[in-house]
Amino acid sequence: MSNKIRVATTSLAGCFGCHMSFLDIDERMLQLAQVVEFDRSPITDIEHCTNCDIGLIEGGVCNSENVHVLREFRKNCKILVAVGACAINGGLPAMRNFIPLEDCLREAYFDGIGVENAQVPNDPELPLLLDKVHPIHEVVKIDYFLPGCPPSADVFWKFLTDLIEGREPSLPYELVHYD
Amino acid sequence: MSKTITIDGQVVPFEDGQTIMDAATAAGVYIPHLCHHPEYTPHGSCKLCTVKVNGRNCSACTFPALEGQEVLNDTPDLNADRQKITQMLFVEGNHFCPSCEKTGNCQLQGLAYHLNMLDNHFPHFYATRQVDASHPEVMIDHNRCIFCTLCVRASHETDGKDVFGISGRGLNKHLIINSPSGELKDTDISIDDAAVHICPTGAILIKRTGYQIPIGQRIYDHQQIDQVSLAREHHQDEQ
Repeated sequence: MSNKIRVATTSLAGCFGCHMSFLDIDERMLQLAQVVEFDRSPITDIEHCTNCDIGLIEGGVCNSENVHVLREFRKNCKILVAVGACAINGGLPAMRNFIPLEDCLREAYFDGIGVENAQVPNDPELPLLLDKVHPIHEVVKIDYFLPGCPPSADVFWKFLTDLIEGREPSLPYELVHYD
Repeated sequence: MSKTITIDGQVVPFEDGQTIMDAATAAGVYIPHLCHHPEYTPHGSCKLCTVKVNGRNCSACTFPALEGQEVLNDTPDLNADRQKITQMLFVEGNHFCPSCEKTGNCQLQGLAYHLNMLDNHFPHFYATRQVDASHPEVMIDHNRCIFCTLCVRASHETDGKDVFGISGRGLNKHLIINSPSGELKDTDISIDDAAVHICPTGAILIKRTGYQIPIGQRIYDHQQIDQVSLAREHHQDEQ
């Protein structure tokens, strides 16, 4: 059993833009890999997380599966981090909160331009949509927040190196932005 | 010998009739604010300029400077309160910065950055608010209105038009447009009006002018709002 710091990541109602931005730490990823190993993450394809030190959550909560994944992360991560605008305030997906869900589905699957064979997808494997999109701190306790759409690679780097080196994470002015 | 107060221990001169905010701005001391503008009658509604005057909380923009006041301004406790107030403003409206034309140049955002606000803390209201895009040149996105009333005051005091007003209370409070239809297109607002340019957020926007300044060169990309605000308002004081 290695004593590396275990990090899990996931995207809920997000666009994976935050994950892409994380990858923008580029060659610093090699440095990170010296002390960190990835558990559940799109990087590893591990399906469920177990005993992690840090969980990075991108995206808000828009369906029942998001709730289960978020709770799994909370249960298994000592430190849970909201990454990016959508995790923090719902972001772009939350802009559907002003439109009744039925109207959203009708627009997407019946009335939208180019729709063929109009029907609302109802395969039992598809998670049910929630009435509204929620920031993740409304569902579980969140320890840290990294704002940005997406947070820059330097935000990930500063935050993770602070944590790994035993400092209280902090972001200087230049790294705090909401867009 | 001029009269003085102290702000965080610094001696600040004032003249009779000046508020604590006036005296601070003239002396180059930044007190956070959103609804205050040196050209307009103070409104005292955003509460971000709350300072401790001889141990009691007061709004610096409305409270007169008086000889011997000991004012606390830039303290961890007051800034923590200011951060909470700013978070409340963010959850009460619908402030989605990535999709707002004002991003990077927005005072609400600039202040949140200045206060190192990393999250919104409170549950979001997701209040349903409307957009008035009826006017050919000016639009209003009510989602971003923080009821600072600067447009109300600018329209009344500078433009002499009274295009805007605030109606309703509490959750029902909203900006109203002074026209028979309630729409902006039926007012006499013009693109040169002070009221069109005064909005601290992205609630009132001039059409077809968004996203012209690249990221990295916008007002709050590298400069903090304390410096920007003092440079702008200190200078206005001297005029």
